Amino acid sequence: MVGVKSVPSPAISADDRSHEVDHPSSEVAQFGADQPLRLDCGIDLTPFQIAYKTYGELNADRSNAVLICHALTGDQHVANVHPVTGKPGWWETLVGPGRPLDPSRYFIICSNVIGGCMGSTGPASINPATGKVWGLDFPVITIPDMVRAQAMLIDRLGVDTLFAVVGGSMGGMQVLQWTAAYPKRVYSALAIACSTRHSAQNIAFHELGRQAVMADPDWHNGAYADQGIHPHRGLAVARMAAHITYLSDAALHRKFGRRMQDRELPTFSFDADFQVESYLRYQGSSFVERFDANSYLYLTRAMDYFDIAGDHGGVLAKAFAGIETRFCVVSFTSDWLFPTSESRALVHALNASSARVSFAEIETDRGHDAFLLDVPEFFDISRAFLQSAGKARGLTGKND
Amino acid sequence: MSVQEVLPLNGLTAEQSGPFRADHLLVAEMVKPGSKVLDVGCGDGDLLQLLETRGIDGRGIELSREGVNRCVAKGLAVVQGDADTDLVNYPDDAFDYVILSQTLQATRQPKVVLENLLRIGRRAIVSFPNFGFWRMRLQLLVGGHMPRTENLPASWYDTANIHFCTIKDFIELCDAIGVKMERAEALDLYGRPLRLRLPWWVWNLFGEQGVFLLSRGQGK
Repeated sequence: MVGVKSVPSPAISADDRSHEVDHPSSEVAQFGADQPLRLDCGIDLTPFQIAYKTYGELNADRSNAVLICHALTGDQHVANVHPVTGKPGWWETLVGPGRPLDPSRYFIICSNVIGGCMGSTGPASINPATGKVWGLDFPVITIPDMVRAQAMLIDRLGVDTLFAVVGGSMGGMQVLQWTAAYPKRVYSALAIACSTRHSAQNIAFHELGRQAVMADPDWHNGAYADQGIHPHRGLAVARMAAHITYLSDAALHRKFGRRMQDRELPTFSFDADFQVESYLRYQGSSFVERFDANSYLYLTRAMDYFDIAGDHGGVLAKAFAGIETRFCVVSFTSDWLFPTSESRALVHALNASSARVSFAEIETDRGHDAFLLDVPEFFDISRAFLQSAGKARGLTGKND
Repeated sequence: MSVQEVLPLNGLTAEQSGPFRADHLLVAEMVKPGSKVLDVGCGDGDLLQLLETRGIDGRGIELSREGVNRCVAKGLAVVQGDADTDLVNYPDDAFDYVILSQTLQATRQPKVVLENLLRIGRRAIVSFPNFGFWRMRLQLLVGGHMPRTENLPASWYDTANIHFCTIKDFIELCDAIGVKMERAEALDLYGRPLRLRLPWWVWNLFGEQGVFLLSRGQGK
C-alpha cells in the first residue's frame, strides 16, 4: 500500500467522553421509577436522567422560559465552554449578552436529548439492570420521545408555558414536535433549517453513516464498551460523509477550491493532498473525541422516523389545527439537506391551520450549517420575531 | 352594478396621512378594528404596520425574498409566497379581510385570485392603478406608446404588470363573478379620494387608482 493513512486516533481520551455520559459537568434531573419515560416503541424507560444547562433567571410570573433544542451532534452546552473539547458553546452567535437570546431577558434551558451521550440517558449510559453499558439493548427512541423527556424536565423546573422553543435541524424537528404535541405550552416557535419529516435522501445519508459505524470491526455489534474500545474509524467516516451534506458545493469551493495541503505537487498517493480532504479528516477525527458511536446510530434513527403528518393521518395541517403558537420558520437558500421546499410545505400547512407564521428564506452559500454560523440577517429576523412575540406576551426587558 | 350605487367613503385627507401612504390609510379605514387580515403582496409591510397600530391581527404574503425578510425583521407575520399559486393553501373564511393592494395587475389570473380572496376572506379590499385615467389615455392617444407614470415607471417590456384594467373593467369583472361591491373609492394623482358622487365614467377618467371593498354576492 502506498501512502495510505487511516483517520488519526482521537487526542482526547475515551475517559473524558465516557465520564460525561453518566456524570455530566452540568445540571442533571433524575427521574425515578415513579416517573418513567413512556417511549413510542412501547417501553417505559426507567430510571433515566436528563442533563441540562440553564442561563438567566426565571421571572416571577414564569413567562420568560426559552427551550433550545440541539441538533444531531449538539448538546446542552449551548453558550458555555464545552467540557470535553474546550471549545465555545455551539450557539454563542445566537445566545448570550446582547444576542437575540439574551440571558438577562430570558430563562434559557437547553438539555441533552434522550439517547444522547453528554449526560442524558442513552446507549452509552450504564444500564442499571445489568451494571453494564446499554449498547444496543437501549430502546430505539424518537423525536417525540425526546420532546416528552424535555416536557418532564420543564415540569421539574416549574415551567408550564415556554415563551419560545428554538432549534435548527434536528432541533427544529423537536420545535415542531413541541407545537404538535403541546401547543398550549409553546407561546412561540422558531424552527430553523428543518422539516416535518425526514426525506428519503436524508434517510439514505443516515443509513450510509450507520453502515460506516457498523462496518468498523471495533464496533462489535454495539458492545464495544465492554471491550474498552470505540469504533472511531467508522464513526469518523460517518461524520465526514454527513459533514459534506451540511455544506454546499459553493461553500466548499470558496473555502478550499482544489488547493493542496502543505505541498505544491500531488504525492501520487492516497494521502490528503487536497485541503478539502485534510479538512474532512479533521472533522471526522475531532468528532469521535466527543461523540459515542451508538448514540449516533440512535439519534440518526430518531430523525429518520420523524414524520408529523404520518402521526396525523397523513395530513400535516391536522397536526396544527387551531394552534395559537406564533411561528417563525427560517430556511437557507443553499441548504440541500433541509431545502426551502420543506419549510414551504410546513408554512402551507400552518397557513391552512390559520396559524400566525413568519417565513424567511435567507440567501447564503454556506449550506445547512448556516444556522450555526454568523449570518446577520438570520439574527435580525430571530431578534425581531422574539421581540415581537415578547411584546405580545407582555415581556419587558432592558432592551425595550 | 355601477359606482353610483356605492357610497364613497367619508375619507381622509392627504394632510392627515402623516408617514403613511394615502391609499394605505384609506384601506385601513375600511377594516374594522380587531379583525383578522391577510395582506397579499404586502411589500415592505407598511400597511401591516399601520393596521397593527389599529389593533388588527395582520398577516402578509410577499413575492420578493427581500421584502419578506424586511417584514419579518420588523416582527410581522409574513411569508414568502405568490398570489397566483399560494392562496389555494388557505382555508375558507380564514380571515375577516383579504387585502390586495396594487397587486391585481401583476397576477397571472386576476379572476381566480379575486375569487380566492373572497373565499379566504369574508371581505376583500382591492386597489389597482386605473388604466382608464385620462393621462394614460392621452399617452396612448397622442403619444402613441404604452403609458408610463410616476407610479408605474416600467417599460412595457420589463414591467411585472401584465393585466392592467380600468375601473370600468374591474366593475364588470365583479359583476361577472357575482361579487358585491360594498364601497368604492377613486383616488386622484395625489392619492386623494375624489370626494363627489360622480358618474362612474368620471371616476374612470379622473381616478388614478381605484380602491374597492368587496364581499361575497348572492349565491356565493
